[in-house]
Amino acid sequence: MLEVQGLVAGYGLTTVLDGVAMQVGAGEIVAVLGSNGAGKTTLNMVLSGLVKPRAGRVTFEDAEITGRSPAEIMSRGLIQVPEGRRIFPNLSVRENLELGSYRRAKVNRARNLEKVFATFPRLKERVTQAAGTLSGGEQQMLAIGRGMMAEPRLLILDEPSLGLSPLLVEEMFALIRRLHGEGLAIMLVEQNVAQSLEIAHRAYVLEHGNFVLSGSAARVREDPELKRAYLGL
Amino acid sequence: MRSFPIEIVGEAVLNGLLTGAIYGLVALGLTLVYGVLHIINFAHGALLTLAMYGAFVAWHTFGLDPYLAILPLVPLFFALGYGVQRFIIGPASRGQDSNILLVTLGLSIIIENVMLAVFRSDTLSVQVDYAMEVVELGPMLLGYPRVVGFCVAFLVALLLFVLLTMTDTGRAIRAVAKERTGAALVGINVGHVYAVTFGIGAACLAVAACLLLPFFYVNPRVGNAFVLVAFTIVVLGGMGSVPGALLGGLFIGVVESLSGLYLGDSLGQLGIFLIFILVLLFRPTGLFGAKA
Repeated sequence: MLEVQGLVAGYGLTTVLDGVAMQVGAGEIVAVLGSNGAGKTTLNMVLSGLVKPRAGRVTFEDAEITGRSPAEIMSRGLIQVPEGRRIFPNLSVRENLELGSYRRAKVNRARNLEKVFATFPRLKERVTQAAGTLSGGEQQMLAIGRGMMAEPRLLILDEPSLGLSPLLVEEMFALIRRLHGEGLAIMLVEQNVAQSLEIAHRAYVLEHGNFVLSGSAARVREDPELKRAYLGL
Repeated sequence: MRSFPIEIVGEAVLNGLLTGAIYGLVALGLTLVYGVLHIINFAHGALLTLAMYGAFVAWHTFGLDPYLAILPLVPLFFALGYGVQRFIIGPASRGQDSNILLVTLGLSIIIENVMLAVFRSDTLSVQVDYAMEVVELGPMLLGYPRVVGFCVAFLVALLLFVLLTMTDTGRAIRAVAKERTGAALVGINVGHVYAVTFGIGAACLAVAACLLLPFFYVNPRVGNAFVLVAFTIVVLGGMGSVPGALLGGLFIGVVESLSGLYLGDSLGQLGIFLIFILVLLFRPTGLFGAKA
């Protein structure tokens, strides 16, 4: 479904991604793990078209999307729920969700809105509230709900558990499982190694702009290299 | 200080409100562009002057009443504003806000000098038969062009409000104002939204120009006087706040009118800049501005 080859990207004189290759198949949950500064967010930014790669190739459902605009990429159904949520604080919850279908699935807006409210009843209670006044967990729900409004074919979740209480983290992973159960392919970019590997089929471990480890989630979990990549031991 | 009968003061307040609505319209474009693009558009005054010349030419050459000139000038200025942002300011700035300041400043110098070359430095005005008409409101007399200006300015503000809150384009504009990355990720073309915003700002100026012309003159530097006042309004109302611009405009109109009454016409603007300094000293975020 998603295929990345030889991806090189960076900012100014710094190279952040140095020849990354990976793939996500239909109906898979793939975890991309790595400590702070490993290049996870840059990888997402390139996939979504916000950062232009210096080299390499990205294809999504057999179409090359390397260097395409974010609008074009998301209109193909590659939707990212970014790190830090990036919701619109000055807009109401409803307006945030409606803008999720700004470019894709606009005709199904009303139906998808009901679906998001069914998944997140909390958002329905706060539908007219300015999004900036929501709690961290609610903002994360809103960010995911906004992504769902575009009827994703592949959903990239960047650090969905960041800043949430342990209980909410549990809920978040249960939700990811449920979304996957509805047939969605998910690329889960996380620092939360244990829980990510529990729900993922396969995993990649990013370190200094390269994948140092990849394979089935079970194999990655047992590999001593995992600890080394994280703790620098 | 001299004292005046209450009708005179009331008339001054009302006339101030009427003029203030047009000030608010000029400030609206400025504050919208600031709120979304986070830049001060130094070409705002020159664009207003250009629009006033546009309305003047429409009247002088084509015999078009300034109020009717709104119809062709609004789409024309929207397109002009869109193009200037999309093809000049955006590419020239290369993502640096300081560059944008210089580009808009450069644009204003170019526009002003082109107008100086084309129209010379003479002060021009239109002669319309309703210019001196008055609307009687009890004992008070209000200039007809100012009453029209007030009503149209409010209508424009209302339309803008509907656009910003009820349409996807308007929501996209507000989304981009606060969260560019999030906006890009839902498929909003940020460059396009910037240009649309700039276009709306220019279209507001086109309306303001057509409303001003029946009771004001035009020369190559006339826009700057209004934009100085508009800056004060934007600071008073809160940078980027649309209701702030309107209410600030009304308030500043009254201040100008009253200080004109009490201090003499030529000192009318003194009150405005006094307010400007006071706001900067005691409430730098403005009446409606977000806390820094």
